[in-house]
Amino acid sequence: MTTASGPTPPATRTAAPYDVQRIREDFPILGREINGEPLVYLDNAATAQKPDAVIDAICGYYRTANANIHRGVHRLSVEATTAYEGARCTVQRFLGAHRPEEIVFVRSATEAINLVAQAYARPRLAAGDEILITTMEHHSNIVPWQILCEQTGAVLRVAPITDAGELEIDEFEKLLGPRTRLVAVTHISNALGTVNPVAKLVELAHRHGAVVLIDGAQAAPHLPIDVTALGCDFYAITGHKMFGPTGVGALYGRYELLDDMEPYQGGGEMILSVTFEKTTYNHVPHKFEAGTPNIAGVIGMGAAVDYLNEIGLARIGTYEQGLLAYATEAICRIPGVRLFGTAAHKAAVLSFTIGDVHPHDAGTILDQQGIAVRTGHHCAQPVMERFGITATVRASIALYNTHAEIDRLAAAVATVREVFA
Amino acid sequence: MFDLSDLYQELILDHNRSPRNRRRIEHAGRRAEGYNPLCGDRITVYLSIGGDVIEEAAFEGTGCAISTAAASMMTEAVKGMSVAEATALFERFRAMVTADDDRVEADRASMGKLGAFAGVRRFPARVKCATLAWHTLRAAIAGDHASVTTE
Repeated sequence: MTTASGPTPPATRTAAPYDVQRIREDFPILGREINGEPLVYLDNAATAQKPDAVIDAICGYYRTANANIHRGVHRLSVEATTAYEGARCTVQRFLGAHRPEEIVFVRSATEAINLVAQAYARPRLAAGDEILITTMEHHSNIVPWQILCEQTGAVLRVAPITDAGELEIDEFEKLLGPRTRLVAVTHISNALGTVNPVAKLVELAHRHGAVVLIDGAQAAPHLPIDVTALGCDFYAITGHKMFGPTGVGALYGRYELLDDMEPYQGGGEMILSVTFEKTTYNHVPHKFEAGTPNIAGVIGMGAAVDYLNEIGLARIGTYEQGLLAYATEAICRIPGVRLFGTAAHKAAVLSFTIGDVHPHDAGTILDQQGIAVRTGHHCAQPVMERFGITATVRASIALYNTHAEIDRLAAAVATVREVFA
Repeated sequence: MFDLSDLYQELILDHNRSPRNRRRIEHAGRRAEGYNPLCGDRITVYLSIGGDVIEEAAFEGTGCAISTAAASMMTEAVKGMSVAEATALFERFRAMVTADDDRVEADRASMGKLGAFAGVRRFPARVKCATLAWHTLRAAIAGDHASVTTE
């Protein structure tokens, strides 16, 4: 097993100016036309596009190194194992974890949360214990806890948000109590873009002895993450929103917690020895990785992290903030547009309605002009309910979007009003 | 420039602006609720059936322009029809909005006003918007009080 922090991340292109055109060339799909127009991809909070580096890593694995991992003595298996475990170290450094064993590969952030709910919380929670979440959670950080509550008799508490879409910290703090066993909060809201002050929330929760899970699915592609500095106990990310493949994600868990947990699923890989009398489980993290994992996906996710490191998340964040400010002004200038999510600290997400035009109609009209946005409730129905709506149009920005694309979005939003005038 | 006239026909825009029969029928013999989990839209369809004839048809709910217009025009179309005729029309409507493209003009011509929805087939993501009201109608006819979904 690889030890501690390993080699330092590759040097970033910090000296050079942010060259978005050069970055766009890394993403082959951005050359596509949709309905005769160059694609403007603004559905990055749903899934991000993939750079050649990721596509090539996946293809390269299948073309030259495909084998099952951890068991084989033959050369290909050794190479595949090295690549797979190398990706674990890459993700460990990306998240600022102390040890590679603290990274468990899963199929998605959703699975990471379910793993914590079932393997950590379920055996430890009793009737009357409390789980605290917030109004702005994605369904994937609500439903696993509802299932857990049904199984254990625990109670789900929900901290409210303001009209700007910010967490009401005072209310959050009031909801923490002696029965609070677990706090599960998103780092960035997928529907509103709000960036939560997670370090502060972790501190408050720990004061009450609660374990904290952060849903980082939206944060990973936008801002540097350091789980050690945040002090959280669990942190969930997904590959496909950070320019990696679908079907792979990672759970960070503090070693002591993971080590103390029961397995999540039974099968191959997660055992040391099996007899019909007694089975001995494998060590962390393999204890949680039953069955042949998504080897190509993990390698692709590692390549995505390398790609992000090469550009540098701090620079990406700065660029995106500039684009967010530009887009917010451009969109809000259009008569009838109402923006949801105006937090002071916000990621590059614009969730809005256009007069009384249904977002699905708007989405079709934007699509006809080559612009991909998400329309609907964004798997965050409680957020929609909070604002008394059923759906919004959501334009979510990534590192390859440009000011010219925002201009096209704004022009297209204006046409929506013309069609329904 | 993009062309949306195939989807947003003037007739559809008109019914979206001023939906017909959008009201509750207090003593409706039949009612059913429809739900599109994709967008969260909900609709309730009310029917008064006398003998075998749909004497009144109305709906409540809000949705996108396609689903609102579909509900509005559906209630107009089925009023006065026998249950069997309305069921047959449901089948024809569903076939029209999911058919291959080469029959667009034929369908448009043969379906009367409802032919305005023939272009929906070119927008696969929107077919469920057009059929939500119709699925709900069928559930109401069947006396199925359970909620139906487009999934």
